[in-house]
Amino acid sequence: MSEHTIAVTVNGERYERAVEARKLLVHFIRDDLDLTGTHVGCDTGNCGACTVLLNGVAVKSCMLLAPQADGAEVTTVEGLTLLAADGELNPLQKAFSEHHALQCGYCTPGMLISATYLLSHTPQPSEEEIRRAIQGNICRCTGYVNIVKAVQAVSEGQSL
Amino acid sequence: MLLAELDYARPGSIEEAVTLLAGREDARALAGGQSLVNVMKTRVATPELVVDLNGIAPLRGIASDGGVLEIGAMTTYSAIVDSAEVAGARPILAEVARTIADVQVRNRGTIGGNVCSNDPTNHFPPLLAALEAELTIQGAGGERTVGTEEFFEGVYMTAVQPGEVLTKVRIPAKGDARDGWASVTLGKDGTGIVNVAATVKDGTARIAIGCVAATPVVVTASADETAVKDAVRAAGLDPPADVHASAEYRRHLAEVLAARAVRDAA
Repeated sequence: MSEHTIAVTVNGERYERAVEARKLLVHFIRDDLDLTGTHVGCDTGNCGACTVLLNGVAVKSCMLLAPQADGAEVTTVEGLTLLAADGELNPLQKAFSEHHALQCGYCTPGMLISATYLLSHTPQPSEEEIRRAIQGNICRCTGYVNIVKAVQAVSEGQSL
Repeated sequence: MLLAELDYARPGSIEEAVTLLAGREDARALAGGQSLVNVMKTRVATPELVVDLNGIAPLRGIASDGGVLEIGAMTTYSAIVDSAEVAGARPILAEVARTIADVQVRNRGTIGGNVCSNDPTNHFPPLLAALEAELTIQGAGGERTVGTEEFFEGVYMTAVQPGEVLTKVRIPAKGDARDGWASVTLGKDGTGIVNVAATVKDGTARIAIGCVAATPVVVTASADETAVKDAVRAAGLDPPADVHASAEYRRHLAEVLAARAVRDAA
Protein backbone atom coordinates (compact mmCIF):
# COMPACT_ATOMS: atom_id res chain seq x y z
CA MET A 1 0.00 0.00 0.00
CA SER A 2 1.57 3.24 -1.08
CA GLU A 3 1.88 6.31 1.07
CA HIS A 4 2.33 9.70 -0.56
CA THR A 5 3.54 13.01 0.70
CA ILE A 6 1.23 15.59 -0.77
CA ALA A 7 1.22 19.38 -0.69
CA VAL A 8 -2.22 20.95 -0.93
CA THR A 9 -3.11 24.60 -0.54
CA VAL A 10 -6.41 24.79 1.28
CA ASN A 11 -8.09 28.16 1.73
CA GLY A 12 -4.78 29.84 1.00
CA GLU A 13 -2.74 27.84 3.50
CA ARG A 14 -0.23 25.26 2.32
CA TYR A 15 -0.35 21.86 4.02
CA GLU A 16 2.17 19.08 3.53
CA ARG A 17 1.09 15.70 4.81
CA ALA A 18 1.77 12.00 4.29
CA VAL A 19 -1.41 10.16 3.28
CA GLU A 20 -2.34 6.62 2.38
CA ALA A 21 -3.22 6.28 -1.29
CA ARG A 22 -6.69 5.01 -0.39
CA LYS A 23 -7.68 8.12 1.59
CA LEU A 24 -10.50 10.10 0.01
CA LEU A 25 -9.96 13.85 -0.36
CA VAL A 26 -12.96 14.58 1.89
CA HIS A 27 -11.38 12.61 4.74
CA PHE A 28 -8.05 14.34 4.22
CA ILE A 29 -9.84 17.68 4.56
CA ARG A 30 -11.94 16.67 7.55
CA ASP A 31 -9.71 14.30 9.51
CA ASP A 32 -6.16 15.35 8.65
CA LEU A 33 -6.70 19.11 8.38
CA ASP A 34 -9.58 19.26 10.89
CA LEU A 35 -11.65 21.37 8.50
CA THR A 36 -15.00 19.79 9.33
CA GLY A 37 -17.19 22.26 7.45
CA THR A 38 -17.07 19.98 4.43
CA HIS A 39 -19.64 17.27 5.11
CA VAL A 40 -20.01 13.64 4.16
CA GLY A 41 -23.66 13.11 3.34
CA CYS A 42 -24.14 10.02 1.21
CA ASP A 43 -20.59 8.89 0.39
CA THR A 44 -21.88 7.74 -3.00
CA GLY A 45 -21.35 10.89 -5.05
CA ASN A 46 -25.02 11.83 -5.10
CA CYS A 47 -25.67 14.40 -2.38
CA GLY A 48 -23.02 17.08 -2.97
CA ALA A 49 -22.49 17.90 0.73
CA CYS A 50 -18.76 17.28 0.22
CA THR A 51 -18.45 19.75 -2.69
CA VAL A 52 -15.24 21.81 -2.69
CA LEU A 53 -13.48 23.94 -5.27
CA LEU A 54 -10.45 22.15 -6.73
CA ASN A 55 -8.36 24.68 -8.65
CA GLY A 56 -11.50 26.83 -8.82
CA VAL A 57 -13.78 24.08 -10.12
CA ALA A 58 -16.61 22.49 -8.12
CA VAL A 59 -16.05 18.78 -7.48
CA LYS A 60 -17.35 16.20 -5.02
CA SER A 61 -14.46 15.47 -2.68
CA CYS A 62 -15.74 11.99 -1.82
CA MET A 63 -14.93 10.89 -5.37
CA LEU A 64 -11.26 11.86 -5.39
CA LEU A 65 -8.32 10.20 -3.75
CA ALA A 66 -6.32 12.58 -1.58
CA PRO A 67 -3.11 12.06 -3.62
CA GLN A 68 -5.00 13.37 -6.66
CA ALA A 69 -5.10 16.79 -4.99
CA ASP A 70 -1.31 16.98 -4.71
CA GLY A 71 -0.25 20.42 -5.91
CA ALA A 72 -3.83 21.68 -6.14
CA GLU A 73 -5.61 24.62 -4.55
CA VAL A 74 -8.72 23.70 -2.62
CA THR A 75 -11.40 26.00 -1.27
CA THR A 76 -13.76 24.69 1.40
CA VAL A 77 -16.67 26.42 3.11
CA GLU A 78 -14.24 27.70 5.77
CA GLY A 79 -12.48 29.59 2.98
CA LEU A 80 -15.56 31.60 2.11
CA THR A 81 -15.45 33.73 5.23
CA LEU A 82 -11.88 34.63 4.34
CA LEU A 83 -13.28 36.45 1.34
CA ALA A 84 -15.10 38.84 3.67
CA ALA A 85 -13.48 41.25 6.11
CA ASP A 86 -12.69 40.14 9.69
CA GLY A 87 -13.99 36.61 9.33
CA GLU A 88 -17.53 37.88 8.80
CA LEU A 89 -19.98 35.92 6.73
CA ASN A 90 -19.51 36.74 3.08
CA PRO A 91 -22.39 38.22 1.02
CA LEU A 92 -23.53 34.81 -0.20
CA GLN A 93 -23.56 33.40 3.31
CA LYS A 94 -25.45 36.46 4.56
CA ALA A 95 -28.00 35.99 1.78
CA PHE A 96 -28.47 32.35 2.87
CA SER A 97 -29.12 33.58 6.40
CA GLU A 98 -31.45 36.40 5.39
CA HIS A 99 -33.49 34.28 2.98
CA HIS A 100 -33.76 31.30 5.33
CA ALA A 101 -31.94 29.13 2.80
CA LEU A 102 -31.08 26.51 5.39
CA GLN A 103 -32.85 24.59 8.07
CA CYS A 104 -30.76 21.71 9.38
CA GLY A 105 -27.71 23.08 7.58
CA TYR A 106 -26.18 19.78 6.59
CA CYS A 107 -26.21 20.49 2.85
CA THR A 108 -25.27 24.16 3.29
CA PRO A 109 -21.47 23.92 2.85
CA GLY A 110 -21.94 22.13 -0.47
CA MET A 111 -24.69 24.51 -1.55
CA LEU A 112 -22.48 27.51 -0.77
CA ILE A 113 -19.56 26.09 -2.74
CA SER A 114 -21.75 25.20 -5.72
CA ALA A 115 -23.31 28.68 -5.67
CA THR A 116 -19.86 30.27 -5.34
CA TYR A 117 -18.70 28.28 -8.36
CA LEU A 118 -21.76 29.35 -10.37
CA LEU A 119 -21.30 33.02 -9.52
CA SER A 120 -17.58 32.81 -10.37
CA HIS A 121 -18.38 32.13 -14.03
CA THR A 122 -21.97 33.42 -14.30
CA PRO A 123 -22.36 36.53 -12.10
CA GLN A 124 -25.98 37.15 -13.16
CA PRO A 125 -27.54 33.70 -13.42
CA SER A 126 -31.15 33.06 -14.39
CA GLU A 127 -33.34 31.00 -12.06
CA GLU A 128 -32.90 28.06 -14.46
CA GLU A 129 -29.11 28.43 -14.30
CA ILE A 130 -29.19 28.52 -10.49
CA ARG A 131 -31.35 25.42 -10.33
CA ARG A 132 -29.06 23.57 -12.75
CA ALA A 133 -26.00 24.69 -10.75
CA ILE A 134 -27.31 23.10 -7.54
CA GLN A 135 -28.66 19.98 -9.24
CA GLY A 136 -25.83 17.98 -7.68
CA ASN A 137 -26.63 19.18 -4.17
CA ILE A 138 -29.47 17.52 -2.31
CA CYS A 139 -31.40 19.41 0.38
CA ARG A 140 -34.11 17.58 2.29
CA CYS A 141 -35.40 20.57 4.30
CA THR A 142 -35.95 23.68 2.24
CA GLY A 143 -37.46 22.50 -1.02
CA TYR A 144 -34.70 24.62 -2.65
CA VAL A 145 -36.93 27.69 -3.10
CA ASN A 146 -35.17 29.81 -0.52
CA ILE A 147 -31.74 28.65 -1.65
CA VAL A 148 -32.54 29.84 -5.17
CA LYS A 149 -33.82 33.13 -3.72
CA ALA A 150 -30.62 33.64 -1.74
CA VAL A 151 -28.41 33.07 -4.79
CA GLN A 152 -30.61 35.39 -6.85
CA ALA A 153 -30.41 38.05 -4.15
CA VAL A 154 -26.63 38.02 -3.97
CA SER A 155 -26.31 38.00 -7.76
CA GLU A 156 -28.50 41.10 -7.85
CA GLY A 157 -26.44 42.73 -5.12
CA GLN A 158 -29.36 42.87 -2.67
CA SER A 159 -27.53 41.69 0.38
CA LEU A 160 -24.22 43.39 -0.18
CA MET B 1 -15.55 5.49 3.45
CA LEU B 2 -12.29 3.68 3.86
CA LEU B 3 -11.26 2.03 0.61
CA ALA B 4 -9.41 -1.27 0.46
CA GLU B 5 -5.65 -0.88 0.50
CA LEU B 6 -4.21 0.18 -2.82
CA ASP B 7 -1.18 1.58 -4.55
CA TYR B 8 -1.46 4.78 -6.53
CA ALA B 9 0.57 6.01 -9.48
CA ARG B 10 0.21 9.17 -11.51
CA PRO B 11 2.13 8.69 -14.77
CA GLY B 12 2.99 11.66 -16.96
CA SER B 13 2.82 9.89 -20.32
CA ILE B 14 0.68 7.32 -22.12
CA GLU B 15 3.69 5.01 -22.46
CA GLU B 16 4.34 5.13 -18.73
CA ALA B 17 0.65 4.44 -18.01
CA VAL B 18 0.63 1.44 -20.32
CA THR B 19 3.77 0.04 -18.66
CA LEU B 20 2.23 0.46 -15.20
CA LEU B 21 -1.08 -1.11 -16.27
CA ALA B 22 0.68 -4.06 -17.91
CA GLY B 23 3.00 -4.59 -14.95
CA ARG B 24 0.39 -5.61 -12.38
CA GLU B 25 -2.43 -8.04 -12.90
CA ASP B 26 -4.91 -6.12 -10.80
CA ALA B 27 -4.17 -2.60 -12.04
CA ARG B 28 -6.96 -0.27 -13.07
CA ALA B 29 -6.86 3.00 -14.98
CA LEU B 30 -8.52 5.89 -13.13
CA ALA B 31 -10.13 8.51 -15.37
CA GLY B 32 -12.61 10.95 -13.81
CA GLY B 33 -13.34 8.53 -10.99
CA GLN B 34 -17.04 9.36 -10.90
CA SER B 35 -17.92 5.67 -11.18
CA LEU B 36 -14.73 3.80 -10.27
CA VAL B 37 -14.18 5.44 -6.86
CA ASN B 38 -17.76 4.60 -5.90
CA VAL B 39 -17.49 0.96 -6.89
CA MET B 40 -14.22 0.83 -4.95
CA LYS B 41 -16.12 2.04 -1.88
CA THR B 42 -18.52 -0.88 -2.16
CA ARG B 43 -15.55 -3.22 -2.88
CA VAL B 44 -17.14 -4.30 -6.12
CA ALA B 45 -13.77 -3.27 -7.55
CA THR B 46 -10.63 -3.64 -5.44
CA PRO B 47 -7.71 -2.80 -7.72
CA GLU B 48 -4.30 -3.23 -6.12
CA LEU B 49 -2.88 -0.45 -8.26
CA VAL B 50 -4.77 2.62 -9.41
CA VAL B 51 -3.13 4.32 -12.40
CA ASP B 52 -4.39 7.90 -12.43
CA LEU B 53 -4.55 9.21 -16.01
CA ASN B 54 -5.20 12.81 -14.91
CA GLY B 55 -1.54 13.80 -15.24
CA ILE B 56 -1.27 12.88 -18.92
CA ALA B 57 -1.74 16.10 -20.89
CA PRO B 58 -1.92 14.51 -24.39
CA LEU B 59 -5.06 12.61 -23.33
CA ARG B 60 -6.97 15.88 -22.91
CA GLY B 61 -8.23 18.26 -25.49
CA ILE B 62 -10.45 18.66 -28.51
CA ALA B 63 -9.26 19.30 -32.05
CA SER B 64 -11.20 19.75 -35.26
CA ASP B 65 -9.64 19.57 -38.69
CA GLY B 66 -12.85 20.31 -40.52
CA GLY B 67 -13.73 16.76 -41.44
CA VAL B 68 -13.14 15.03 -38.12
CA LEU B 69 -13.48 15.96 -34.48
CA GLU B 70 -10.86 14.38 -32.24
CA ILE B 71 -11.53 14.24 -28.51
CA GLY B 72 -8.90 13.06 -26.03
CA ALA B 73 -10.15 10.27 -23.77
CA MET B 74 -9.54 12.33 -20.61
CA THR B 75 -11.59 15.30 -21.84
CA THR B 76 -14.27 16.13 -19.29
CA TYR B 77 -17.96 16.49 -20.04
CA SER B 78 -17.69 20.16 -19.02
CA ALA B 79 -14.92 20.73 -21.58
CA ILE B 80 -17.12 19.14 -24.26
CA VAL B 81 -20.09 21.33 -23.22
CA ASP B 82 -17.95 24.49 -23.47
CA SER B 83 -15.99 23.56 -26.61
CA ALA B 84 -16.18 25.83 -29.67
CA GLU B 85 -14.83 22.93 -31.78
CA VAL B 86 -17.67 20.65 -30.65
CA ALA B 87 -20.24 23.42 -31.22
CA GLY B 88 -18.93 23.82 -34.74
CA ALA B 89 -18.39 20.22 -35.77
CA ARG B 90 -20.91 18.06 -33.87
CA PRO B 91 -23.03 20.03 -31.36
CA ILE B 92 -25.11 17.01 -30.30
CA LEU B 93 -22.09 15.87 -28.23
CA ALA B 94 -22.37 18.99 -26.07
CA GLU B 95 -26.17 18.85 -25.94
CA VAL B 96 -26.01 15.32 -24.54
CA ALA B 97 -22.99 15.94 -22.28
CA ARG B 98 -24.79 18.79 -20.52
CA THR B 99 -27.52 16.37 -19.40
CA ILE B 100 -25.13 14.01 -17.62
CA ALA B 101 -25.70 13.97 -13.84
CA ASP B 102 -24.71 17.36 -12.39
CA VAL B 103 -22.05 20.02 -12.77
CA GLN B 104 -19.64 18.55 -10.20
CA VAL B 105 -19.72 15.19 -12.00
CA ARG B 106 -19.37 16.89 -15.40
CA ASN B 107 -16.30 18.74 -14.12
CA ARG B 108 -14.48 15.46 -13.40
CA GLY B 109 -16.14 12.78 -15.53
CA THR B 110 -14.60 12.06 -18.92
CA ILE B 111 -15.75 10.79 -22.30
CA GLY B 112 -13.16 8.00 -22.05
CA GLY B 113 -14.40 6.90 -18.64
CA ASN B 114 -17.98 6.96 -19.89
CA VAL B 115 -17.30 4.61 -22.81
CA CYS B 116 -14.73 2.40 -21.04
CA SER B 117 -17.03 1.70 -18.09
CA ASN B 118 -19.72 0.83 -20.69
CA ASP B 119 -22.55 0.79 -18.22
CA PRO B 120 -25.57 0.11 -20.47
CA THR B 121 -27.26 3.28 -19.13
CA ASN B 122 -24.33 5.55 -20.06
CA HIS B 123 -24.91 8.33 -22.58
CA PHE B 124 -21.90 8.12 -24.88
CA PRO B 125 -22.07 4.47 -26.01
CA PRO B 126 -25.32 4.90 -27.99
CA LEU B 127 -24.41 8.43 -29.06
CA LEU B 128 -21.01 7.41 -30.44
CA ALA B 129 -22.58 4.35 -32.07
CA ALA B 130 -25.09 6.55 -33.90
CA LEU B 131 -22.37 8.97 -35.00
CA GLU B 132 -20.08 6.14 -36.19
CA ALA B 133 -17.19 7.21 -34.01
CA GLU B 134 -13.80 5.50 -34.04
CA LEU B 135 -11.88 4.79 -30.85
CA THR B 136 -8.12 4.50 -30.55
CA ILE B 137 -6.62 2.10 -28.02
CA GLN B 138 -2.94 2.05 -27.08
CA GLY B 139 -1.03 -0.80 -25.48
CA ALA B 140 2.52 -2.07 -25.30
CA GLY B 141 2.23 -3.40 -28.84
CA GLY B 142 1.21 -0.06 -30.35
CA GLU B 143 -2.15 1.46 -31.14
CA ARG B 144 -5.25 0.34 -33.02
CA THR B 145 -8.47 2.04 -33.97
CA VAL B 146 -11.83 0.30 -33.79
CA GLY B 147 -15.46 1.16 -34.53
CA THR B 148 -18.14 1.18 -31.86
CA GLU B 149 -19.48 -2.25 -32.84
CA GLU B 150 -16.10 -3.79 -32.04
CA PHE B 151 -15.41 -1.51 -29.06
CA PHE B 152 -18.51 -2.21 -26.96
CA GLU B 153 -18.32 -5.90 -26.04
CA GLY B 154 -20.69 -6.36 -23.14
CA VAL B 155 -21.88 -4.93 -19.84
CA TYR B 156 -18.84 -3.12 -18.37
CA MET B 157 -16.69 -4.76 -21.06
CA THR B 158 -14.96 -3.12 -23.99
CA ALA B 159 -12.17 -3.87 -26.46
CA VAL B 160 -9.73 -2.14 -24.09
CA GLN B 161 -7.72 -5.02 -22.63
CA PRO B 162 -5.66 -5.13 -19.42
CA GLY B 163 -2.50 -3.14 -20.05
CA GLU B 164 -4.20 -0.82 -22.55
CA VAL B 165 -5.77 2.62 -22.46
CA LEU B 166 -8.26 4.38 -24.69
CA THR B 167 -6.46 7.47 -25.99
CA LYS B 168 -8.94 9.28 -28.22
CA VAL B 169 -12.30 9.27 -29.90
CA ARG B 170 -12.70 10.44 -33.50
CA ILE B 171 -16.10 11.61 -34.67
CA PRO B 172 -16.96 12.67 -38.20
CA ALA B 173 -18.02 16.31 -38.49
CA LYS B 174 -21.72 16.86 -38.96
CA GLY B 175 -21.67 17.78 -42.64
CA ASP B 176 -25.15 17.27 -44.12
CA ALA B 177 -26.23 14.99 -41.27
CA ARG B 178 -28.72 16.00 -38.59
CA ASP B 179 -28.48 14.56 -35.09
CA GLY B 180 -31.07 13.93 -32.40
CA TRP B 181 -31.30 12.55 -28.88
CA ALA B 182 -34.27 11.41 -26.81
CA SER B 183 -34.38 9.75 -23.43
CA VAL B 184 -36.58 9.00 -20.47
CA THR B 185 -34.59 9.34 -17.26
CA LEU B 186 -35.01 8.86 -13.53
CA GLY B 187 -35.54 12.49 -12.62
CA LYS B 188 -34.15 15.33 -14.70
CA ASP B 189 -30.71 14.45 -16.08
CA GLY B 190 -30.79 11.21 -14.11
CA THR B 191 -29.93 7.65 -15.12
CA GLY B 192 -31.51 6.61 -18.39
CA ILE B 193 -34.39 4.15 -18.55
CA VAL B 194 -33.99 4.21 -22.32
CA ASN B 195 -31.64 6.51 -24.30
CA VAL B 196 -31.78 6.90 -28.07
CA ALA B 197 -29.40 8.74 -30.40
CA ALA B 198 -30.17 9.23 -34.08
CA THR B 199 -28.38 10.71 -37.03
CA VAL B 200 -30.21 11.35 -40.27
CA LYS B 201 -28.51 11.68 -43.63
CA ASP B 202 -30.04 11.56 -47.11
CA GLY B 203 -33.39 10.48 -45.66
CA THR B 204 -31.93 7.51 -43.76
CA ALA B 205 -31.78 7.41 -39.97
CA ARG B 206 -29.05 5.55 -38.09
CA ILE B 207 -30.46 4.93 -34.64
CA ALA B 208 -28.61 3.63 -31.57
CA ILE B 209 -30.60 2.54 -28.54
CA GLY B 210 -29.08 2.41 -25.05
CA CYS B 211 -30.26 0.72 -21.82
CA VAL B 212 -31.99 -2.14 -23.67
CA ALA B 213 -29.09 -4.56 -24.14
CA ALA B 214 -25.48 -5.11 -23.05
CA THR B 215 -24.29 -2.87 -25.86
CA PRO B 216 -26.00 -0.19 -27.98
CA VAL B 217 -28.47 -1.62 -30.48
CA VAL B 218 -28.07 -0.02 -33.90
CA VAL B 219 -30.99 0.10 -36.33
CA THR B 220 -31.28 1.87 -39.66
CA ALA B 221 -34.53 2.97 -41.24
CA SER B 222 -36.05 5.48 -43.56
CA ALA B 223 -36.40 8.70 -41.53
CA ASP B 224 -40.15 8.69 -41.01
CA GLU B 225 -41.99 7.82 -37.84
CA THR B 226 -43.73 4.64 -38.98
CA ALA B 227 -40.63 3.21 -40.62
CA VAL B 228 -38.51 3.99 -37.54
CA LYS B 229 -40.98 2.37 -35.13
CA ASP B 230 -41.32 -0.67 -37.39
CA ALA B 231 -37.55 -1.04 -37.61
CA VAL B 232 -37.11 -0.86 -33.83
CA ARG B 233 -39.91 -3.39 -33.37
CA ALA B 234 -38.29 -5.68 -35.95
CA ALA B 235 -35.03 -5.57 -33.97
CA GLY B 236 -36.72 -7.89 -31.46
CA LEU B 237 -35.35 -6.15 -28.37
CA ASP B 238 -35.17 -8.17 -25.17
CA PRO B 239 -34.46 -5.45 -22.60
CA PRO B 240 -33.95 -6.08 -18.88
CA ALA B 241 -36.72 -5.43 -16.39
CA ASP B 242 -36.03 -3.72 -13.08
CA VAL B 243 -37.77 -1.70 -10.39
CA HIS B 244 -37.97 1.33 -12.73
CA ALA B 245 -39.39 -0.25 -15.87
CA SER B 246 -40.65 -3.59 -17.14
CA ALA B 247 -39.11 -5.13 -20.25
CA GLU B 248 -42.33 -4.39 -22.13
CA TYR B 249 -42.24 -0.71 -21.14
CA ARG B 250 -38.59 -0.41 -22.23
CA ARG B 251 -39.51 -1.97 -25.60
CA HIS B 252 -42.31 0.57 -25.92
CA LEU B 253 -40.00 3.44 -24.95
CA ALA B 254 -37.39 2.30 -27.48
CA GLU B 255 -39.89 2.73 -30.32
CA VAL B 256 -41.31 6.02 -29.08
CA LEU B 257 -37.90 7.54 -28.26
CA ALA B 258 -36.42 6.40 -31.57
CA ALA B 259 -39.19 8.28 -33.36
CA ARG B 260 -38.60 11.30 -31.12
CA ALA B 261 -34.83 11.25 -31.68
CA VAL B 262 -35.36 11.18 -35.44
CA ARG B 263 -37.89 14.03 -35.14
CA ASP B 264 -35.41 15.92 -32.91
CA ALA B 265 -32.86 15.53 -35.71
CA ALA B 266 -35.18 17.09 -38.27
